[in-house]
Amino acid sequence: MSGRALLSVEDVAVDLPTPRGNLRAVDHVDLSVGAGRTLGIVGESGCGKTMLSRAILQLLPKKARLSGRVMFDGQDLARCGAGVLRKLRARSLAVVFQDPMTSLNPVLTIGTQLVETLQEHLELDAATARQRSAELLAAVGIPAPEQRLAQYPHQLSGGMRQRVAIAIALSCEPKLLIADEPTTALDVTIQAQILDLLAREQRRRHMAMILITHDLGVVAGRTDEVAVMYAGRVVERAPTVQLFKTMRMPYTEALFAAIPKLDAAPHTPLPAISGRPPDPTRPLRGCSFSPRCRYANGRCQQEKPALADAESPDHRYACFHPIAPAAGGAS
Amino acid sequence: MQDTTQFHAVDPLLKVEDLVVEYGVGGRTIHAVSGVSLQIARGETLGLVGESGCGKSTLGRAVLQLRPAVSGRVLFDGEDLTAMRGEALRRMRRRVQLIFQDPIASLNPRRRIGDIVAEPLVIAGYKDSGERQALVEEVLNAVGLDPTVVSGRLPHEFSGGQCQRICIARALVLKPEFIICDEPVSALDVSIRAQILNLLEQMKARYGLTLLFIAHDLAVVKAVSDRVAVMYLGRLCEVGPSEQVFANPAHPYTALLIAAIPVPDPDVRPAESIAAGEPPSPIAPPSGCRFRTRCPRADERCAAEVPELSLVAPGQYAACHHPLA
Repeated sequence: MSGRALLSVEDVAVDLPTPRGNLRAVDHVDLSVGAGRTLGIVGESGCGKTMLSRAILQLLPKKARLSGRVMFDGQDLARCGAGVLRKLRARSLAVVFQDPMTSLNPVLTIGTQLVETLQEHLELDAATARQRSAELLAAVGIPAPEQRLAQYPHQLSGGMRQRVAIAIALSCEPKLLIADEPTTALDVTIQAQILDLLAREQRRRHMAMILITHDLGVVAGRTDEVAVMYAGRVVERAPTVQLFKTMRMPYTEALFAAIPKLDAAPHTPLPAISGRPPDPTRPLRGCSFSPRCRYANGRCQQEKPALADAESPDHRYACFHPIAPAAGGAS
Repeated sequence: MQDTTQFHAVDPLLKVEDLVVEYGVGGRTIHAVSGVSLQIARGETLGLVGESGCGKSTLGRAVLQLRPAVSGRVLFDGEDLTAMRGEALRRMRRRVQLIFQDPIASLNPRRRIGDIVAEPLVIAGYKDSGERQALVEEVLNAVGLDPTVVSGRLPHEFSGGQCQRICIARALVLKPEFIICDEPVSALDVSIRAQILNLLEQMKARYGLTLLFIAHDLAVVKAVSDRVAVMYLGRLCEVGPSEQVFANPAHPYTALLIAAIPVPDPDVRPAESIAAGEPPSPIAPPSGCRFRTRCPRADERCAAEVPELSLVAPGQYAACHHPLA
């Protein structure tokens, strides 16, 4: 897969200066996504998943320092000029954020925002752009698209706004779509609709997608590969089915076990992970998960485990005491 | 008229009878809660599920009389809260507490944790500061916080999960009988969520609590609830024992909610396009059954007639003209 990766993130680290000292938000991450494939990035708040997506998009805060390479379609985005980036973002790299209200302009109509994007990026004339806008809204499941074009974002529900944000992201036929918690702000039935929509459009357009979420349930049925992040690092990475069948990294297992399951009887105590993630301005010497890990010993506190291969080269995990494959996939 | 079996629990602590809550926005009326009846037995956890805008939070607030009801009654331990005023209501509220979704926003950022947790005691007239301190320490210990470490600190020094522990401590300090938990874990990360859910269960056992647990996440609700009530656009769709409702939902909306949950199992393929449409506006809810505009089973009767909650299986009630078998 890595042979013809559309995107490959190589040894990327992001440092943010804070009043409390340097904060390493992303700690030497390697990832790749092939054309038409879906990568899920899973982790809890502060694990660095959003900073990683911003590093890929070159949308980091001004003060952030980025090291490593972000190879996209043969170019290192970290070393591209503003003009090249602008063109790339216009034509091949798109993003959908968690809160559609922050990505839509509240004082412009939906139509203006879509038409503007299409005219700017695809150099269409106004009438064609308007026609195409209506088609796009229809494609993302918005009823009466012609009327919606004249409406403002606040006149739409959260789900409809997210559909508009997706329409704008898809308008230029991107090669890669980064969806950062696209359904976290939405209700569960609307979440299912939006995830379906993303999956459908991805297949139709043979577009690559990075789906960033805190919810293992969201990535389970909808990605080819999953990377689990903890404290800035990728701690386990595997093809989705394999990850769920044989979790090796204790954090992945613990995160999975902590989800309430529908088939469990009421009042079943949840195997909670004790404690909380480490302070990112005070990095630990050893494994970041070791203070919360039930398998950790002295070595885990002293040494950082590297992301190593499991049985197959596409399943990698960073742990000295991985869960035995037979016992994996805790239930 | 209605099948009233569900309103005859052995020992109901809370009874909500035909409660209607409406409020005006820009000259229009929002029908937030439209004739909801339910009851919660002493020691029971009732989970109340529904999507945003279904009226579940309004219902929780109306129980506490934080929102005036247009009509209907709320009986707590046999006494009608809707008829109470002033001192009587204040005294009753000591027995009922509320925990909110955003734990950080519900703590005063300028006050120390010890004072925040002691405040209900001050309001309730505990004059002896030594007694107050002892009660605060006991309850902080109970929620897993060290009183000597946390009492002097300010809320911003704590994570979301710890703030929720503090909120739970504050809710417990008056030794209430009944707690309304309004989305208590939806702002928390998965690993922290499990800690707080377990804590609520422990506290329920330790203090002999009865809980109304409001949430949008069915799996979370099922983890803690004896019975669940499903709400859609101001009305109850279905009420019944948790396991039974999840195994055999009778209302099509309950089935839709269950099908929409993302299952952490790659072998379970997500059902495509199960959930057509969006909830209509509570300003102009549909006639008859309010779910009919999204329901695959809806017919003319559903538009004409409001379905009443009726018995579909032992203990399980659904408000549907065409319940699932």
